[in-house]
Amino acid sequence: MKINDILEECKLKLITGNGDREIKGFYACDLLSWAISHANEGDLWITVMNNINILAVASLVDVACIVIPEDIEIPSVLIEKAEEREVTLLSTPMQAAELIIKAHELSKNLS
Amino acid sequence: MSNQAITLHYDIDAVDFSAAGEASSGVKRTLNQLGVNPAVVKRIAIAMYEAEINAIIHAGGGAADVEITPERVEVKISDNGPGIPDLEKAMTAGWSTASETVRELGFGAGMGLPNMKRYTDDMKVESKVGEGTVVTLIVNINS
Ligand SMILES: Nc1ncnc2c1ncn2[C@@H]1O[C@H](COP(=O)(O)OP(=O)(O)O)[C@@H](O)[C@H]1O
Ligand SMILES: [Mg+2]
Repeated sequence: MKINDILEECKLKLITGNGDREIKGFYACDLLSWAISHANEGDLWITVMNNINILAVASLVDVACIVIPEDIEIPSVLIEKAEEREVTLLSTPMQAAELIIKAHELSKNLS
Repeated sequence: MSNQAITLHYDIDAVDFSAAGEASSGVKRTLNQLGVNPAVVKRIAIAMYEAEINAIIHAGGGAADVEITPERVEVKISDNGPGIPDLEKAMTAGWSTASETVRELGFGAGMGLPNMKRYTDDMKVESKVGEGTVVTLIVNINS
């Protein structure tokens, strides 16, 4: 399943990057030390953190993308740096659990 | 990979957090280019990121020195910060002296030193109160 496959139904707005990458799993956590050691390569990572430190975690783990839920404001410096570091960043009005449940349903229809 | 050691040096700047992770990202890139096993690269990157963050949030910045040989990667993160008074306590998962501001940025879970231990083959912390801290992280490439 690609990011593009769930864009519409998960109300995802692409802020940086593109939706071509494959999603291998889902991960939700806001503590960076926890996330960096438990998230996996290719995960769609959901975090309410909107500071630039999430970008280092995302690229070190090599997640598929970061999703900032609940329409949390995305500062322009985060967008700038995400572009610079080639991290795919998305936003959604959904809550983390809501998004994961929805995406899971969609993945069943795809396979 | 040639038999020669590759050495890298990074300054770890604590002026703002925007550079946090730059040294570990750089090392990760180099190791990937050298064709090191991705699982090994991930372990080094995580451990080094934690040490780098600590130098920034607890010690006002520092430096990273990295030596890569065909056998192993050794990362030394040094700072001239306040030092760690009780190392045993500091190594305990969940124990942290991080400020509220630092916590609001997603750090300060008290997982840094435990993560370093978990992801390396060997780890050494030398610290003197009032002088600084040197964290040495070693990961074997063929482990
Ligand atoms: N380089 C350092 N200089 C001074 N104190 C440190 C340093 N690294 C770690 N510490 C101390 O050890 C504690 C635990 O570190 P760590 O496990 O990384 O958790 P955290 O960084 O989330 O607090 C820190 O809260 C701090 O008190
Ligand atoms: Mg830490």
